[in-house]
Amino acid sequence: MAETNTGGALLANETEGGEGVTDMIRTSGLVKRYGKVVALDGLDLAVPKGTVFGLLGPNGAGKTTAIRILTTLLEPDEGSVEVAGLDVRKKPGRVRERIGLSGQNAAVDEHLSGYENLEMVGRLYHLGRKRSRARARELLDRFELSEAGDRPAKTYSGGMRRRLDLAAALVAEPEVLFLDEPTTGLDPRSRVQMWETIQELARGGSTVLLTTQYMEEADRLAEDIVVIDRGRKIAHGTSDELKTQIGGERVEVVVASSSDVPAAQAILETLCVGDCQFDEQTRTLTAAVDGGVEALGQVLRRLGDRNVAVVDVGLRRPTLDDVFLSLTGHAAEVADSTDGSSDGSEDERSDVREKEAVR
Amino acid sequence: MSQLTLALADGAVVAKRNLIKIKRLPEVLIWTTMSPIMFVVLFAYVFGNSIQIGGGVSYREFLIAGVFVQTVIFGSTFTGAGLADDMTKGIIDRFRSLPMARSAVLVGRTGSDILYNSISIFVMTLAGLIVGWRIRTSPLEAIGGFLLLLLFSYAVSWIMAYVGLKVSSVEVVQNASFMFIFPITFIANTFVNQDSLPGPLRVFAEWNPVSSVAQAVREAFGNTGGLPEPDVWSLANPIPYTIIWVGIILAIFVPLSVRQYKKTTSR
Ligand SMILES: Nc1ncnc2c1ncn2[C@@H]1O[C@H](COP(=O)(O)OP(=O)(O)OP(=O)(O)O)[C@@H](O)[C@H]1O
Ligand SMILES: [Mg+2]
Repeated sequence: MAETNTGGALLANETEGGEGVTDMIRTSGLVKRYGKVVALDGLDLAVPKGTVFGLLGPNGAGKTTAIRILTTLLEPDEGSVEVAGLDVRKKPGRVRERIGLSGQNAAVDEHLSGYENLEMVGRLYHLGRKRSRARARELLDRFELSEAGDRPAKTYSGGMRRRLDLAAALVAEPEVLFLDEPTTGLDPRSRVQMWETIQELARGGSTVLLTTQYMEEADRLAEDIVVIDRGRKIAHGTSDELKTQIGGERVEVVVASSSDVPAAQAILETLCVGDCQFDEQTRTLTAAVDGGVEALGQVLRRLGDRNVAVVDVGLRRPTLDDVFLSLTGHAAEVADSTDGSSDGSEDERSDVREKEAVR
Repeated sequence: MSQLTLALADGAVVAKRNLIKIKRLPEVLIWTTMSPIMFVVLFAYVFGNSIQIGGGVSYREFLIAGVFVQTVIFGSTFTGAGLADDMTKGIIDRFRSLPMARSAVLVGRTGSDILYNSISIFVMTLAGLIVGWRIRTSPLEAIGGFLLLLLFSYAVSWIMAYVGLKVSSVEVVQNASFMFIFPITFIANTFVNQDSLPGPLRVFAEWNPVSSVAQAVREAFGNTGGLPEPDVWSLANPIPYTIIWVGIILAIFVPLSVRQYKKTTSR
């Protein structure tokens, strides 16, 4: 229901499975409650074989909850879950044979070395002693952990632990991989390396479901993206489709004096396509624009013409915050909602959707 | 592979991981072996000369079996604490997502704790010999005594495994288990002759499996001296009675613990 009115383009991928594509992951009506908190509120997902799928959402959106249900760690309250054609609730054991998981927190044993961790995981996937050992060495090499491979994982840096955890997920060369925020806490270089690794895996035919809080990451990696908030799907599409919907790049201007805000606002409004925000207090104005650099030039010229003093000006790509503002009308926030307050904001949200649909 | 061999193989992998941890944290092993030494020495010198047990047997010889039994039961808290600790760690999520037997973490933990208990029994034996305790039977009989001790401690470690999973906090496991261990190891023939206990306590002590283990071990070491044969069935047949208890404990706590493991999430 939630996704039906998020704009025409986003519905293109809803009719999946047309040409005999098999979905490696499929959920419908997934619900998970923690007391009063509804972590997942009727989530439907479908991930075709061999694709990278991005689950995008702010803190508390329900990303980890979804991953934990898909990887048999958690029982859903309602709904059906299928991974690799197997019913996760009925055949969790069979599902575990075919998946790899790298959770939000590295699931490695601190006292064991990198090598011992990987070898143990291999044995528990029943690869046999010889194959487990070979695979452990192979993966340590691949993730540049060979040198540290024989010291306890507790001596590893956060990034090294993250890589070890991903290596553990890959030990059995699983058909379906679940990666919960795989690049959170990585430095820029490691992040790019992680991206390359994930792309390589996808090229090798793995199906990957990854969660992220970064639009940029979903954009770069995922063919198909679902944006969730408070356990619900609020948008679905390719990154191009999403970007078209939320508008492309943003021009951001910080003016020197608050008396100049109205003037600057008038200028930006003429160029704004879609989402515009003006904050008097921080004297920051943001506008989604068409044609990037050109629009920025125009803004600067017009600001100059009217003698508006500018502290900072720039062009930036949409962030997750922009996605949320434009899709929900509220900024990304932790879903701590009690029943009463969430009702209120839902009305607000559907209002915004109607506006978008009209546009 | 059958379910059972699979469960044992997976359990062995987890046990190996626990043993690697011992290697990485030798302090733990040092402390586990210190406390048995302390028990033997304390009991031997504090009570050894002041308590008369009758029947012409020296109290020091009499109490060693009791110290052994109490120590291995205390050792089983290690199982509960270890599991409670594991359950708070990220590695449990890894284990849960792997196609391994659901019992493996428990089989591995209780299995590796057999080694812990063997080490502490070995250390206690040495300490006992130093303070003057002697085995007065054949080596074969003595070995039988040690094995029964290990078997019983294995069963008790499954009780503690359940407690550890249920409370998921190392401190609570330790405190809770002391509340349970002190009464069951003291209201028994571990440190006194059960005949000297008042009415209801005496009946409890006679049927307490801790007493039957102590009795069996004491007989296996030939430390009963001239004490009269107990006339209650449990103590007259301590080995079968102990084995029945081991069976009952395992039949209850293995499935219960595995179910609890499946239920408990790491957070
Ligand atoms: N064990 C739990 N008990 C109670 N509430 C929980 C539990 N786990 C998750 N929640 C709640 O469920 C909601 C979704 O949490 P989840 O961890 O799935 O979010 P997330 O999208 O992964 O967030 P993040 O980006 O911070 O990792 C949150 O409101 C969270 O507080
Ligand atoms: Mg999360």
